[in-house]
Amino acid sequence: MIIKYFSWIREHVGKSEEEINLPESVITIDDLINYLISVNEVYKIAFLKRDLIKIAVNKSYSSAGTKINDKDEIAFFPPVTGG
Amino acid sequence: MKKIESVLIKIKIQNSDFDVSKETKQLNINKPGAIVNFIGIVRGIDDKTHEKIYSMTLEHYPGMTEAEIETILRDASKRWKISAITVIHRVGKLFSSDQIVFVGVASKHRQNAFDACNYIMDWLKNKAPFWKIEESSKEKKWVKFNVSDDDALKKWTEGK
Repeated sequence: MIIKYFSWIREHVGKSEEEINLPESVITIDDLINYLISVNEVYKIAFLKRDLIKIAVNKSYSSAGTKINDKDEIAFFPPVTGG
Repeated sequence: MKKIESVLIKIKIQNSDFDVSKETKQLNINKPGAIVNFIGIVRGIDDKTHEKIYSMTLEHYPGMTEAEIETILRDASKRWKISAITVIHRVGKLFSSDQIVFVGVASKHRQNAFDACNYIMDWLKNKAPFWKIEESSKEKKWVKFNVSDDDALKKWTEGK
């Protein structure tokens, strides 16, 4: 699975993109965040304001309860500030 | 340009500047009665801290940005009678007074063009995945989401 990070979340994680093998225990986005946090301290900081972070699955807005699979592209980013 | 709901649509995400008169000319097809253009400009002074802003750097999520803008234009095309829409958003490093975003709407009548242009900007500010980092003489910081941008959507969703 490909995970992308943008803006200050990218800076906390230290990379803009990574590929991971999804553990069987991960069913939803929420599980994925919990898994990442358990793997490395940097994610704990990146996901500190968890409720504020926006989620996209395959380039479309999604929510924490969404079920995901290995082929999905997940993105985490802060509220947008364009225009 | 491509056609959505019989509306000619152009969406561009680019580093380079845009030429407003050129874009306006391109919107002036199919004999519209009105064209409304919105141009966003990089502010030189921070609204809250009154600090001088030296530069602004924008990043986005390629692919998703275009898709989100297209969804907004599709919705606007259903809501108002429009003949053409152009959205250009710049990314990369920009400086005070630089043009940052262009939204142009062509329609037979001005009210549709005004309303659709306003609608597109309000939704773009809330949905299109762009992020700005601001550099002042004191610091470099990610621009925070403005709650008033969220409130701006109420006029399009209330009573619906």
